[in-house]
Amino acid sequence: MARIELKDIRKVFNAGKPNEFCALEGITATIEPGRTTVLKGPSGSGKTTLLSILGCMARPTSGRIFLGEREITSLPERFLTEIRRKAFGFIFQQFHLVKGLSALENVMIPAYPLGEGREALKTRAMGLLGRFEVDRKASSNVEWLSGGEAQRVAIARALINDPAALIADEPTAHLDSRLSREFMEIVKRLGSNGTTVIIASHDPLVYESDSVAEVIPMRDGKVLREEAR
Amino acid sequence: MRLPRESTAFFLFVALCLGALLLLFAHASWRERGDRNSYAEKREIVKVLGLADLCLFTEARYTRHPAVADRFTPFQDHPLSLEHFPSASILLPPPHLSAP
Amino acid sequence: MSWTGKQRNILDYTLSSLMRRKGRNAALVIAYTFVVFLLASVVFLAQSIKEEAKEVLREAPEIVVQRLMAGRHDMIPETYIGKIRGIPGVQSVKARLWGYYYEPLNGANYTVIADENYPYEKGTVVIGNGVARHMPPLVGKTMPMRTYGGTYLFMRIQETLSSESELVSSDLILMSVDDFRQLFRVPEGVGTDLVLSVRNPREVATVAGKIVEILPDTRPITRSEVLRTYDAVFDWRGGLIIANLIGALLAFVLFAWDKATGLSAEERREIGVLKGLGWETSDVILMKFWEGVVVSLSSFFLGVILAYGHVFFASATLFESALKGWSVLYPAFRLKPVITPYLVSVLFFLTVVPYTFATIVPSWRAATTDPDAVMRA
Repeated sequence: MARIELKDIRKVFNAGKPNEFCALEGITATIEPGRTTVLKGPSGSGKTTLLSILGCMARPTSGRIFLGEREITSLPERFLTEIRRKAFGFIFQQFHLVKGLSALENVMIPAYPLGEGREALKTRAMGLLGRFEVDRKASSNVEWLSGGEAQRVAIARALINDPAALIADEPTAHLDSRLSREFMEIVKRLGSNGTTVIIASHDPLVYESDSVAEVIPMRDGKVLREEAR
Repeated sequence: MRLPRESTAFFLFVALCLGALLLLFAHASWRERGDRNSYAEKREIVKVLGLADLCLFTEARYTRHPAVADRFTPFQDHPLSLEHFPSASILLPPPHLSAP
Repeated sequence: MSWTGKQRNILDYTLSSLMRRKGRNAALVIAYTFVVFLLASVVFLAQSIKEEAKEVLREAPEIVVQRLMAGRHDMIPETYIGKIRGIPGVQSVKARLWGYYYEPLNGANYTVIADENYPYEKGTVVIGNGVARHMPPLVGKTMPMRTYGGTYLFMRIQETLSSESELVSSDLILMSVDDFRQLFRVPEGVGTDLVLSVRNPREVATVAGKIVEILPDTRPITRSEVLRTYDAVFDWRGGLIIANLIGALLAFVLFAWDKATGLSAEERREIGVLKGLGWETSDVILMKFWEGVVVSLSSFFLGVILAYGHVFFASATLFESALKGWSVLYPAFRLKPVITPYLVSVLFFLTVVPYTFATIVPSWRAATTDPDAVMRA
């Protein structure tokens, strides 16, 4: 995983229409690999938008992004998707686990289009579930999982394609303090393995955690100032 | 207990159906061979009696003998009479009646 | 990481996705199967009758000559025989006597044929199996027939034709020529029509033309016209019923299209999640493709197999009332089973292709959802 550099990123929604809205303005930042970075700020600060741009899910309106030496700002859709799939694993705020399917199946979904054999994939998925201690719930439907279990399944799913970086949007929003701390423990473990982790959160339990190497405070679509830790 | 993969189950279903379909083909050809005698009998009856039609719809003259029906029998009651025999609405008039 | 591996994985996901809404998808398959079943039944039935006609009527008379009077059939004078015999190429000519008899007791129409080589004595008849089936209860085996003179002929039933031959003989009553003339008060010297055989089959059209020339009040019908009648009449490709059923099929396809266009919020969200998890637009489209294929292929197989059973094992019972119409006498349809790769592939293309198409195309928009919309959900 290479470092991600953002230069003067600007993102505008509904450009030209009456509900034109500027979510990000003049964002310049660097995400160092192998470390945990937190985008800190209240809702509406543009964290989620920045997260989706970092994760190659959306393109900036203006500005430049570099993945290592390579500029990816205007890469064609196909390549962008490829990078996204290889480099990033996502944990959404609402988890978005597919109801009606088991935890194991949910973990396997992101890997289906890659054509891996079912048995091999199953083994890997079970391994991941085991790593986060939810393997006992592998065949349970996700509706029956507790909040903490669902979160671990979401983390396992994010890691199924062996991404270099993990991106999480408000991961502790629906968790109590204990589970939030547990989550940050997992993040610490991942960090010590060399996985880059990028989290957007306004939860102090997250940004004040000692597993976090860097906090980027944001407000109203702008970076306030970089805080090195 | 390990359940089979969904796609495997579907392929099995398709294979079964294809097998059934092949059985139907076999059945048709088996019946064809078995029916040879009855076809010979039918042809004999047709030949001896000089028949020109199959006995399908016995409602009216032109539905019973469509091949030799005259052009106007369907309108026998009145030139503008609408079709009132159900099978005649399935039967189209023979091509040699509409040919110039 | 292979192409087939990818297809199977996505197919797995599609199937488990369909299983999640078991009831709804089962109903869909059942309904589509029914439509295919009806369509295939009509195709099988029509094709079978066509082939039966081709197989059996190739022994039909080479030329039948009818006489017309003001556009209607009239009896043909036997003097015409001599004139026709003079036409070069004609091998033999003879008159035939046949007509229709209406039985008021059961409302059935019978075809009565005077057989010049009737093997039994006068006062007897040979009847078709269908006639035997619809016989009003009688004492002994006598069939009273009311003559056109007002009297009754009490015909003893000498023989019943086989049930195997019903498709040509079901409603026939055969009798001697004298009995026929007495029954219908047909005078000597006329017949119902004339049948000819021609020395050279290629001369048939020429001879027919000649006949019209020398006898302008006649109408010849050739064997090829007879055969073509059945070819055209039962050509399911142009039939009324097929038009209706294809309409039903189209309605179904439109329904599928509509369903795919109006993807429920839940389905949309699911696609969004898949996109967010790294599925590309093409992967989502592939999923929709498999969805269409699974439903339509299953319906196709089940519909065709059931239709074959319906038409060739159950004698097309579901269509009986439509085919019977007003007829009282309905032959026992022991139809010739037909199934060819052509028929099967036509049915396949009519059922699987449009449905799959209708599932994929409208899903395009949902499939191209921007993945980052999922982040905001």
